[in-house]
Amino acid sequence: MGPETEEMQGRELKDENQEMTGASMLIQALARENVDVIFGYPGGANLTTYDEIYRTGMHHVLARHEQGAVHAAEGYARVSGNPGVCVVTSGPGATNVVTGIADAMIDSLPLVVITGQVATNAIGTDAFQEADVIGVTMPITKHNFQAREVEDLPRMIKEAFHIASTGRPGPVLIDLPKDIAAASGFFNYNQPVELPGYQPTVIPNKLQIKKLADAVSEADRPVVLTGAGVLHAHGSDELYDYITKQQLPVASTLLGLGAFPGTHELSLGMVGMHGTYTANMALHESDLLISIGARFDDRVTGALKHFAPNAKVAHIDIDPAEIGKNIETQIPVVGDAKEALRMLNEYNGTPGEFSEWKQQLQAWQEEYPLWYHEEKDFLKPQHLMEMIYEETKGEAVVTTDVGQHQMWAAQYYKFDRPDCWVTSGGLGTMGFGFPAAIGAQFAAPDRQVVAVLGDAGFQMTAQEMSILQELNLPVKIILVNNASLGMVRQWQELFYEQRYSNSVFPIQPDFVKMAEAYNIKGWKIENPGDMQEVLREALAHSGPVLMDCRVEKEENVYPMIAPGKGHHEMEGIKP
Amino acid sequence: MKRTIIATVNNNSGVMNRITGLFARRQFNIESITVGMTENPEISRMTFVVNVDNERGLDQVIKQLNKQVDVLKVRDITDDSIIARELALIKVVAAPQHRGEISALAEPFRATVVDVGRESITLQVTGDQQKVEALIDLLKPYGIKELARTGITAFKRGAVKSDFETPKHSILN
Repeated sequence: MGPETEEMQGRELKDENQEMTGASMLIQALARENVDVIFGYPGGANLTTYDEIYRTGMHHVLARHEQGAVHAAEGYARVSGNPGVCVVTSGPGATNVVTGIADAMIDSLPLVVITGQVATNAIGTDAFQEADVIGVTMPITKHNFQAREVEDLPRMIKEAFHIASTGRPGPVLIDLPKDIAAASGFFNYNQPVELPGYQPTVIPNKLQIKKLADAVSEADRPVVLTGAGVLHAHGSDELYDYITKQQLPVASTLLGLGAFPGTHELSLGMVGMHGTYTANMALHESDLLISIGARFDDRVTGALKHFAPNAKVAHIDIDPAEIGKNIETQIPVVGDAKEALRMLNEYNGTPGEFSEWKQQLQAWQEEYPLWYHEEKDFLKPQHLMEMIYEETKGEAVVTTDVGQHQMWAAQYYKFDRPDCWVTSGGLGTMGFGFPAAIGAQFAAPDRQVVAVLGDAGFQMTAQEMSILQELNLPVKIILVNNASLGMVRQWQELFYEQRYSNSVFPIQPDFVKMAEAYNIKGWKIENPGDMQEVLREALAHSGPVLMDCRVEKEENVYPMIAPGKGHHEMEGIKP
Repeated sequence: MKRTIIATVNNNSGVMNRITGLFARRQFNIESITVGMTENPEISRMTFVVNVDNERGLDQVIKQLNKQVDVLKVRDITDDSIIARELALIKVVAAPQHRGEISALAEPFRATVVDVGRESITLQVTGDQQKVEALIDLLKPYGIKELARTGITAFKRGAVKSDFETPKHSILN
């Protein structure tokens, strides 16, 4: 994979305190940060950096659009747990990664993005391919830097990796002007990171942990809400111990799926707009809600005035600004989810007694399971998800875009592992899932990576099929093809009196031919009876594949909390 | 409610932009913002007067400021013993016969005349917000041609006078 030269392979470290160019410092620093792959696209302002990539043989994946590069870096970050690195040029190269940076910011994914910039003496002159990237990305990065002196560069890169990967993870951008990349200076990477303004609290306050543990002993109807914070903290094992020891029911946010095994009897499934009836009602009826690494997003809470009306709220979060932001919190716990769970597990409190509550939850689960009507003539998207789950034995890395297919994947793929699920949650980015699958495949080369995509979202970043072709990357593309913008269409049906404004595609490309143009094996599946067999064959194929699965076009995602409604007002809870 | 918040920040380029951008995108309402160097040239001090609806709003302002890497320390000093000052330049319409009157008005405020024109005089006044506003109110009837205010800058008093200790049992309470 990628160009490799004998001398360096991008990993050989030069000695410290050598004189070298800014571009060389960058590559040397990346190697010291154990970066094994970068995703990017060259251009005028980062030619020196690309020359260094060429000379060192640094493993670089050439996207076909910068948006593809940044989403790949996100997918890589999500699955590997390490910062994804993305290198693009100035101006349009940089503005093309804005969507991915915003996506990583809201979903707390660690990224280090290096943008080229025009030379320092041209900054501010409206030079060719100049854009104020620092200004543009200030609100959507955890932090950003512009290198103005070459000798600042090692410190900046070190700080960038530190900021991106610690505390609440997020994207950090370094704007690297062309003359700084070419200038020479002494490289010293052995400096400690000194950021007095950035000191995330990792270890929670013992007293707050005790308060939380005592609240659990006293509660009658507790429920745990787990979010992506548990995944970022690598705290799944601690979570499992805590939940099973305390016998607490667990609901998950969309992004937190997999933190606790979805098939476990204590799992209630996903909460929120298209969550399960039981998970939502559990929150609504609870007297103690323990949120761990979740941020009470509006798609999770529904109408705030109806949210968990009887619950005492405990909130564990590494970002203090999330605590009390949307929901009043009685027991705030600032700290890393893993550390908090470890401390909770060490605390010997009186175990609670929740058998009545669990009976209630079980009754709801039996009465209101997820449902859909099976049909002979149409492939039901929900059934498709169930088949994908079965055929991959629940072990694949699943990536999605945003919309109906995303909700169905979240509902029907029972994520048992913490590193299986890559989706655009907060920003809801179409075009995310496919390049994210490419990044995920680099992070987990030996695992099955399945990109479950809508036909509309796929067309936003479909050009990245070139990467699959070039590297024979075995990503499996599954198009949930309803020839429309399914979720937009659903809302138009429900809330705009079926005026389907620009949501139903009058024409579509031949996706199989598209795949074949990239030498990717493609199938079109129209008959539901064929699906399983094709799926089996396609998943067993050693290279990349595309399955164009024609699903029921007018299928809606249920159950649903309509906008402005509360958890207890779900619709479509029964067939 | 109006709160006075001070922050020490790294004196890097773009820090002001980070802070004002944060206020704008989070819909925090700022009444005034001042910034200047501290005794350490690498660190600046900012003073904000913000208008928040409730405690939660205030909490968010402080927490969001704290999240900025370039922000070193944030404090709500509204309820502390503080020195808060702003400076205002007030250009007042002043026919020659009114000048004496205006100067007399300015005197108890320790405002000084810093410029005199044919039909106006400019006063400079320093003090807390209430004092500055009181003077402006008094000058309004003459006609204010131009007004420039710096906004509050503030810090905690050095020697904090301990609260008068009221005996627990006293005929006064």
